[in-house]
Amino acid sequence: MVGLSRAMILFIVSSGMSLVLGVLRVPNIAHGSLYMIGAFSAFSISTLLGGGNAGFWLALFLAPLVVALVSFIVERALFCHLYEREHLMLLLFTFALMLILGDLVKLFWGADYRSIMAPPLLQGSIRILGSPFPKYNIFLLIIGPLVAVGLWLFTNKTKIGKISRAAAVDMEMVGAIGINVSWVFAFTFVLGCFLAGLGGALVSPTISITLGMDHDIIMEAFLIVAIGGLGNMWGALVGSLIFGLTQSLGVLFWPQFAIVFPYAAVVIALTWRPRGILKSVW
Amino acid sequence: MNALNLKRLGPGAAILVAAAVVPSIVPRFYTYILAVILITALLAMSLNMVVGHGGLYQFHHGVFYGVGAYTVALMLTKTPLPWWVGFVAGPFTAALMGFLIGLFCVRLNRLYFGMIQISLGSLIWALTFRWYGLTGGDDGIHGIPVPDVLSGVTRSYYVILIVFSVCLFFLYRIYRSPFGTTLRAIRDNPERCAAIGINVRRHQLFAIVIATFFAGVAGVLFVVVEQSVFPDLMFWVLSLEIMIMCLLGGWFTFSGPILGAALMVSLRTFAGVYTEYWTLILGVILILLIFFLPEGIMGYLSTKRKQKNGRRTVE
Repeated sequence: MVGLSRAMILFIVSSGMSLVLGVLRVPNIAHGSLYMIGAFSAFSISTLLGGGNAGFWLALFLAPLVVALVSFIVERALFCHLYEREHLMLLLFTFALMLILGDLVKLFWGADYRSIMAPPLLQGSIRILGSPFPKYNIFLLIIGPLVAVGLWLFTNKTKIGKISRAAAVDMEMVGAIGINVSWVFAFTFVLGCFLAGLGGALVSPTISITLGMDHDIIMEAFLIVAIGGLGNMWGALVGSLIFGLTQSLGVLFWPQFAIVFPYAAVVIALTWRPRGILKSVW
Repeated sequence: MNALNLKRLGPGAAILVAAAVVPSIVPRFYTYILAVILITALLAMSLNMVVGHGGLYQFHHGVFYGVGAYTVALMLTKTPLPWWVGFVAGPFTAALMGFLIGLFCVRLNRLYFGMIQISLGSLIWALTFRWYGLTGGDDGIHGIPVPDVLSGVTRSYYVILIVFSVCLFFLYRIYRSPFGTTLRAIRDNPERCAAIGINVRRHQLFAIVIATFFAGVAGVLFVVVEQSVFPDLMFWVLSLEIMIMCLLGGWFTFSGPILGAALMVSLRTFAGVYTEYWTLILGVILILLIFFLPEGIMGYLSTKRKQKNGRRTVE
């Protein structure tokens, strides 16, 4: 069960990455940094508002918006000038972004460990099948599928979602029928980063917020997207479940090598289906 | 012809002579930095062979560096074998690892290639990071008993300089060989190369094996200088940093990565004295490079030279 709620966080973060990867064709290495910024802003906002219910919910709402704003500025100021370039350059650009954002977080928030409490409403635990289970994890289990459904509705039922899916398949054609591809890219990028921020805000009550959390999450998200199928949202869900569950199984059976289990699962999955378990959008 | 050769070899020879006399002039610390530069340069050149000349997305080159270093470290600390066995085994183990990982990777193209390499590399990193019994886990292994012939800053510097020069010679021969030319042709147009009967996958795999071998050599030299190993050698951030060095020096040039490595290592050393925000500086440099100098310093210079000489120096 802990694995499941961990998988939900991973899903929210990696679905954002998958979205960006699917449309822009760039693995956004700075995604983890945006996730970290999400967590740190959630901390600042909820401390500013004095904790409690209101503080937490507002933080959950505002922190992803802060992240989206940061990503919007970066995209319009710098990133959008590079779309014509080689993939490797785009990738290295996002790496540069990761380096810069990581240090900016250190400048703003310092290198201390931070933590915030879950709101009073979600504190404590309830018993399921005789074993105690934190309420907050249940909340994560509810919000994960909600995000999945929301994303699905968005990409399949709204016009801009359909445009972004079309841009993922054939960017030139979308441009040819008179849609401003650059803005579609900007929108997708910001939405993907919003999801990273949301993941960061959601995870903040369960872990200690610290520098370096970007490094941990980014590799996981990267691999989840790879095993799920690049750009496939459901693939991100499947990948997150595999990753989260193998991780908690590892902790259960062989704690020393718990970290190895998900990586081994990834290797097996990729050996079996090198292009991801589900179909990639490319 | 002779004059041209002399002109081309002249600066290289001058640098080599300069590098040979440096330890007797400058303080020990700078000798140490120079040694680190040489190691990093070798690593960057080996990466450039696959990324710059081979056009492969070798995202996790640092793993092979780490494998080379760890092989030596383990052989020296855990086995009674004579020391040179470890030093020979390091590069070969790295090359073997490169072959195994390469087998998986070359089946795929571009981004998938990079993805599977990152996942396999991370698996090795995770194993190293956690296997306290064998690798010392996140502490690494310290105080590796490097034989007397190689210890001491000045002596290890000369050893590294010699090994580096030999590797440089071989890398240059490979670069100039039919194999190197074929590799660059595959980078520029894989379909056409396949059509004229070149086994693209085999060439790419071979390139990876060679490159990982030299990364292993760099790893061995790292142990000679630092006498310790730690899992950060295999972390993906290092792999991307080497990539930046190649970018800074110039992807498509032979000697670019040396320059890139020299600049990066010295920048990191001297910026580290003044500020703790080194990665911020690195990020800004990288963005400036991507926007204004995507061919790197050497690439930019060689384009300039070609423009100046017009069509005279068509190679």
